[in-house]
Amino acid sequence: MPRVPLTWLAEHVDLPAGLTAEQLAADLVRVGLEEEAIHPAAVTGPLVVGEVVERTPEPQKNGKTINWCRVDVGPEHNEPGGAPRGIVCGAHNFDVGDRVVVALPGAVLPGPFPIASRKTYGHVSDGMICSARELGLGEDHAGIIVLADLGLDAPVGTDARELLGLGDEVLEINVTPDRGYCFSMRGVARELSHSTGAPFTDPALPVPTEPASGGGFAVEIDDAAPVHGVPGADRFVAQVVRGVRANDPSPAWMQRRLQQAGMRPISLAVDVTNYVMLDLGQPLHAYDLSTLHEPIVVRRAAAGERMTTLDGVDRALDPQDLLITDSPEGRGSRPIGLAGVMGGATTEVGEATTDLLVEAAHFDPVTIARTARRHRLPSEASKRFERGVDPQLPRVAVARVAALLAEFGGGTADATLTDVDRTSEPATIELDLALPGRLVGVPYAPEQVVETLTAIGCEVRTAGDGTASVRVPTWRPDLAVPVDLVEEVARLRGYDEIPSVLPTAPAGRGLSEEQRVRRSVARALADAGLVEVLSYPFVGEEQLDALGLPADDARRRAVRLANPLQDGQPFLRTNLLVTLLDTARRNVARGNGDLAVFEIGLVTRPGADAPSSAPALPGGVRPTDEQLEALDAAVPPQPRRVAGVLAGLRTPTGWWGAGRRADHTDAIAAAELVARVVGVDLVVTADADHAPWHPGRCARLETAEGTLVGHAGELHPKVVAALDLPARAVAFEVDLDELLAASSGEPRQARPLSTFPLAKEDVALVVPAEVPAAAVLEAVRAGAVASAAGDVLESAELFDVYTGDQLEPGTKSLAFSLRLRADDRTLTAQETAAVREGVVAEAARRFGATLRA
Amino acid sequence: MSDDTALSPDVLSPLDEAGVRAAVEAARAAVAAAGTLDELKTVRLAHTGERSPLALANRAIGGLAPAEKGPAGRLVGGARGELNQAIAARQAELEAERDARVLVEEAVDVTLPADRTPAGARHPLETLQERVADIFVAMGWEIADGPELEAEWFNFDALNFGVDHPARQMQDTFYVDAGDEPSNLVLRTHTSPVQARTLLERDLPVYVACPGKVFRTDALDATHTPVFHQVEGLAVDKGLTMAHLKGTLDHFARAIFGPEARTRLRPSFFPFTEPSAEMDLWFPQKKGGAGWIEWGGCGMVNPNVLRACGVDPDVYSGFAFGMGIERTLMLRHGIADMHDMVEGDVRFSLQFGTEI
Repeated sequence: MPRVPLTWLAEHVDLPAGLTAEQLAADLVRVGLEEEAIHPAAVTGPLVVGEVVERTPEPQKNGKTINWCRVDVGPEHNEPGGAPRGIVCGAHNFDVGDRVVVALPGAVLPGPFPIASRKTYGHVSDGMICSARELGLGEDHAGIIVLADLGLDAPVGTDARELLGLGDEVLEINVTPDRGYCFSMRGVARELSHSTGAPFTDPALPVPTEPASGGGFAVEIDDAAPVHGVPGADRFVAQVVRGVRANDPSPAWMQRRLQQAGMRPISLAVDVTNYVMLDLGQPLHAYDLSTLHEPIVVRRAAAGERMTTLDGVDRALDPQDLLITDSPEGRGSRPIGLAGVMGGATTEVGEATTDLLVEAAHFDPVTIARTARRHRLPSEASKRFERGVDPQLPRVAVARVAALLAEFGGGTADATLTDVDRTSEPATIELDLALPGRLVGVPYAPEQVVETLTAIGCEVRTAGDGTASVRVPTWRPDLAVPVDLVEEVARLRGYDEIPSVLPTAPAGRGLSEEQRVRRSVARALADAGLVEVLSYPFVGEEQLDALGLPADDARRRAVRLANPLQDGQPFLRTNLLVTLLDTARRNVARGNGDLAVFEIGLVTRPGADAPSSAPALPGGVRPTDEQLEALDAAVPPQPRRVAGVLAGLRTPTGWWGAGRRADHTDAIAAAELVARVVGVDLVVTADADHAPWHPGRCARLETAEGTLVGHAGELHPKVVAALDLPARAVAFEVDLDELLAASSGEPRQARPLSTFPLAKEDVALVVPAEVPAAAVLEAVRAGAVASAAGDVLESAELFDVYTGDQLEPGTKSLAFSLRLRADDRTLTAQETAAVREGVVAEAARRFGATLRA
Repeated sequence: MSDDTALSPDVLSPLDEAGVRAAVEAARAAVAAAGTLDELKTVRLAHTGERSPLALANRAIGGLAPAEKGPAGRLVGGARGELNQAIAARQAELEAERDARVLVEEAVDVTLPADRTPAGARHPLETLQERVADIFVAMGWEIADGPELEAEWFNFDALNFGVDHPARQMQDTFYVDAGDEPSNLVLRTHTSPVQARTLLERDLPVYVACPGKVFRTDALDATHTPVFHQVEGLAVDKGLTMAHLKGTLDHFARAIFGPEARTRLRPSFFPFTEPSAEMDLWFPQKKGGAGWIEWGGCGMVNPNVLRACGVDPDVYSGFAFGMGIERTLMLRHGIADMHDMVEGDVRFSLQFGTEI
């Protein structure tokens, strides 16, 4: 993001004396330019210009020769009594009389590298004569800086930080995508003036309006395939500058500014184009004229075409890429630049270059954005073009470049200039002058609206009816519709003016049934001692394998991400346990071995024959109902699930005695708790074939209507081993959406309470060992209800299971306690006996059960 | 005293006033001397049992002349009543002493660990979202949910993110792989698609808050996580202004951070709002002193978004805002590092219990 050196900014807008980067940031944030960073001054403390008055070479034992120097650093900094300072220096590229840069004790150079007096080579060295690298000015470490070599001079004692730009603070700002013009000192200075009222001088004025001379380097724009009907280029200005020392270094001040702005100085020709781009916001390119063949043609790439860009990469071009080409073997035969993104290698300015062609063009943001994205080339130029560049800048920018090349490189611009100009007028917006007040809630007067819009560069023509025609400035392509102008008014007049008014919403209905139930489920599980955790939904093949899922398991049919964070985890989870078990493992590894965790979240379950793509539809228009249906059909179902894992002790060992290890009943109980909260009765049956559970200890959970809602039980020993969980860990997973669908949602109807006496009956039934207890209980209930006494069963609970010597092998005894009560009478002994008989008879009928003796 | 001694050959005469008195006094002395309930029982049997002097005297009344029966009955009856009262009083005394002693002896160490059920907990990101939802419900708003894997149209196009708009690239989006062709499916980068769905589905006016999980391709570090939570609010009604947005944000800030909290708006850019603003929160507990910190983004709903959702922007206006739940939790509860929030370590949730 753009970096703003304060001294550079000051060229375009008046800065108050002593302005800090922090204050500048505060001023800019009010108009929407956020601080990203403040880069402090490169050097702090005393750094001054000194003149070498003595230089004594002293050979050392290690073979090196050092120079013992006396340096005059001015009356303020010289030794008491006015004697020059003694400094040891290892470099030799200077002599008595040279002016150099001296860091005095107390200075801190980049690194940070604090300077102090120190004893070395038998002298007290009272400072340091600095090289470019030590000051962060470049890589040159061969010798120290001799000011004259930089074309600089200043009296001894002068603050060299100011002279070299090393005392500047630099503010880095964050520019939102709508404000391309703020990628320049010009734009930032304008915004600062909007914020503080400080006078702003537009460096892009005056815009040349006279027609170009013509007769310059031939340029043709020939876009056969505009994107969205917008030609890739609508402006191309080309200027020849001859006799330039193009490969010389640029002036020190320019190099320094480029560095402060975060760019690397390269050569005069390159630096000047970059400098003008940073200053005005117009990307520029300089070609070696001697390599070019007229005419330049701006066109789309042909299928299969390739070019090598400045970074040395050979690129396969896409027919949507806009190219700058020249014509060595026919018109437009050779690509010499990816328009607005990066120049080509063949026409690069080199060591022998003296004549340049300078390009300043205006390209379509969409074309440039796509090319930059396609080639992963976010360059300084593309950053600006894709956000929008002022189409009136090219002539101004080229003139600036030509002037700088003339001043610092001895160049001469040709009198002829090429300007292919197909730009259109900026937008004119019809604005209801009351709209800003109506949307912002501040009663702006129409005059205030007009004044503000004028201040940002709009031409406003008011009609008598409270509306105005607003012609937006050329540098604000983001202003297209009335609300864009509303924001400008609110922004410049200040968001601080907006009052705080709480709106009155119509009466609402509170949380939905589902939202309430979701909370209740989570709360019930937490109250039961389970801890809620969250896990990422990304999974890999290995995790699905660890669960022991068969190859054809529906849970292996997962949505795959095109750009996963980790290549090993490209899928979205199809069940919660796959990620929750990883979380459980992490907890166990961290010493949380007695574990009870749960998670509520969405899983993604793509259908076998669902469309793999959603329709691409435009914004700004309501899709048709059919299109909306197609969108919904393409989005895979994402049911909400709740899952839990329990391992280790469910109740701890304590002073009361031994704890109890979690077993399959804890998992089933938790699942049943969830269902009870939702208001659904679960039917539990054994499921011998459902990973990741133990085939003999897995409960299949269904609604009374037979809809599968989940599983619970002990995990398969192989899964437990693969995940390093404590032995016999248990788990459950239940589909909350299915449970909600199964709950009636109707208010529960109350039953009146009978106050007649309770009768208790215990019945022990001997049944074959393989008969499930739930089935016997079901028979007990059915038998009781159907008995001669009528439906007097209040509850039936299994309270004992016995197998052993007293029974036939292969049988078991299940004991049930029945609570009987009639609504309208006290039950007689005959009636309770009838219930008992009914129970035994039904169990006998279903399972051959006998009453235990 | 044993039953044998009670078998005195000289039965006390029911007319012997002094003798009766003496028997009563002797019995009272024995009652007073009984130190335990068992001793008292023995005393009671000895002095009121069938062969006790007073019982025998009472029985002897039957053999007296009719004229003597009255005075004898009064004498012996009075004596027996007095004795029974004394015994009952002593009985009550001794029972009270015993009860007090038993309760002392039954004392336990009540400071021993009492809870044998391990504690459970909610994840604070979830409970904070619920708290946030409650604040909006209290204002009459409703809470909306939506899918996490979403059609690009809802995540971007409906929200005025053009296909080529730089903002669409800024979002670091997870895309779904559909082989050679684009899937046009993404993991939602914000909860705003729920707003679009809400506007398409519900009648106006709409005041909804949408808390939920969102996804960006950021690697996990101290301040970033690829999966995080947002709450967004959307109000579309006639006559809504940025002042209403500001009022809602101020109320929300106070409800979450206390009465000192307030918000500040700064100009910004979002495709789905115009004007747009960044929202700062005045945070007294800020490290290094009270100050403003970034809390979220907001603005007036862009007319293109309203149009995409079938709402006439010439009749209705709306505001929208969004902020990170993680950031809010970190600020409110002094959490320095994102890792603890997302790694699923039970120790993190357990610090918060079931409310926040």
